[in-house]
Amino acid sequence: MTRTRGPLSAGRLLAWLVGSTVLLAACLALGAALGAGRIPLTRLIGGWGPAGEAGALIFWQVRLPRVLLAAVLGGSLTAAGIAFQAILRNPLADPYILGVSGGASVGGILALIAGLGAAGGSFLVQVCAFLGALAALLLVEWIATVEGRLTVYTLLLTGAVFNAFSGALIFFLQSLASMEELHSIVFYLMGSVPSLRYGAIGGMAVVALGAMAMLVAMARDYNVLSLGEEGAMQLGIDVERIKRRTFIVGSLLTGLSVAAAGLIGFVGLIVPHLLRLVLGSDHRLLLPVGFLCGASFLVLADLGARLLLAPNEIPVGVVTALVGGPFFIYLMRRSRGRYGAL
Amino acid sequence: MPSKASSPHPADGAGGCTLAARSLRCSYGARLALDEVSLRVDPGEVVGLLGPNGSGKSTLIKVLSGVLPYQGDVRFDGRELRGVPRRELARILGVVPQEPVFSFPFTALEVVLMGRYPHLGGFAFESAHDLAVAREALARCDGAELADRAVQELSSGERQRVVFARALAQQPRALLLDEPASFLDIRHQVEICDLMRSLADRQRLSVLVVLHDLNLAAEYCDRIYLMRRGRIMTAGSIEEVFTYRQLVEVFETELYVDTNDLTGRMLVVPLSGRTRERLRSQGLSEGRYEESGPRRTQP
Repeated sequence: MTRTRGPLSAGRLLAWLVGSTVLLAACLALGAALGAGRIPLTRLIGGWGPAGEAGALIFWQVRLPRVLLAAVLGGSLTAAGIAFQAILRNPLADPYILGVSGGASVGGILALIAGLGAAGGSFLVQVCAFLGALAALLLVEWIATVEGRLTVYTLLLTGAVFNAFSGALIFFLQSLASMEELHSIVFYLMGSVPSLRYGAIGGMAVVALGAMAMLVAMARDYNVLSLGEEGAMQLGIDVERIKRRTFIVGSLLTGLSVAAAGLIGFVGLIVPHLLRLVLGSDHRLLLPVGFLCGASFLVLADLGARLLLAPNEIPVGVVTALVGGPFFIYLMRRSRGRYGAL
Repeated sequence: MPSKASSPHPADGAGGCTLAARSLRCSYGARLALDEVSLRVDPGEVVGLLGPNGSGKSTLIKVLSGVLPYQGDVRFDGRELRGVPRRELARILGVVPQEPVFSFPFTALEVVLMGRYPHLGGFAFESAHDLAVAREALARCDGAELADRAVQELSSGERQRVVFARALAQQPRALLLDEPASFLDIRHQVEICDLMRSLADRQRLSVLVVLHDLNLAAEYCDRIYLMRRGRIMTAGSIEEVFTYRQLVEVFETELYVDTNDLTGRMLVVPLSGRTRERLRSQGLSEGRYEESGPRRTQP
């Protein structure tokens, strides 16, 4: 099935941006309004009654921050996924494939075991996780650089080995942990959206948008990169610089996300794939729309995590995996033949 | 009549540039792929690069287009290749690869539009002019009806025409083609080579083309470089290079080499095992080399 659609125009990009922004706003409103305890928005906007005060507390302190963070995380993971797919030239790449998630997980778990979780709240754990992500980023980049060049092959291999090594390390740490620590480790790994302070959310949003700006600036380069590295070089692309920059920016986005929320899987895989089917492969459209749609996706998934077994909460990573897995298989079967040899 | 600067015609107005390589050496690990290779292509010339598989032709194309590291000298109109920024080089040099790569599904027109990349600035979208150049390039490669089809769905011959159009969309001053006709049917082979020839004749492009088809090379090229094992064995006109002795020595197979009475150019015909048997049984021994000129096999 061939879609006849001309090359990307500014008008088409704008239309999709507006549409996905509207979608995100709707999802945010939905996510904020619904939950284990119903809080009608009208009540908040009106006066605060006695019931309204507890509701307002839940809304402002717990639910809204969480929904906003889910949006930032969903957008970050999707953008990182699209960017990695572009430099690895493979639509099956996800943000975790290059090893940063392994480092973040190890960092976070070490902090949990060291008792930092209880002492300073989850913030210290998150900082340690991010430091783990940074360490992984530097290590993978150093190991994968051969003769000054970052080849796709060595990147993938180093990432895979790093993830495997981190996985083994995590199992080892789990064997040393107490029952209570084990519980928090498992929940951390499953991925769930916490309610951070507004300052932290704002900071993450700023970083995410800054990273997005850098990725979008390379969007046209990603398009040309699909012609192969040699073909791209012959058309004037500085392929090494693009790969290195994308690896660093994408890994920072991924590291931040894992540090904040653990391993939320499939967001960086499903949303890009779905969007490629609908929008085509032009990264100037995929990246910004992907960020917005990924944000909507995770907001909805988080809503599901809160509602499906209410009043109990499922970790959102479980929701994305359970829903995402079968859906991804369905998408793959539908789009068979689109990626040539794949 | 639109001005030359805004003309959508591929390579209009800029004229060719001289490509000169001196003492090129290039290695894949321990293996020397290019050994003291020197060549030159002037504006308006179609120069053929011939040789057996593994002789270094593709490596030479990659070195000239700045994709592989090398020792030696490569100059475009006197400017050292190493000193030219990639984007600027892409405005000078168009490369048509042997095996085009398409990692993601784009339409043929989108792929040809990527040839405009070296001319675009910032986050700009392609302008109407860029679109016109791309469409014109695609049309000249008989690919207009392929424009909105996904490249993954095209046949290898159709893909080859698309990448040729992509190189034209760069509006280059020199063209490097690595076996641009290998997947094409004979009509499209003629069309592509005619296009190549007219770009050299009318727009004065400098064209270096790797060809496997010796007769196609004889029909279209002004000069030939014959390579073997990373070195240039012979260089010169068709008549100088297409001698029985040289061709049989380089390609290591028995051939029938003669003048083509219709075109006035050389004709090279491979001889099958059966034919060789028959000739031998008729008393014509192999390996009767002549020092120069064609070798005629009496039937």
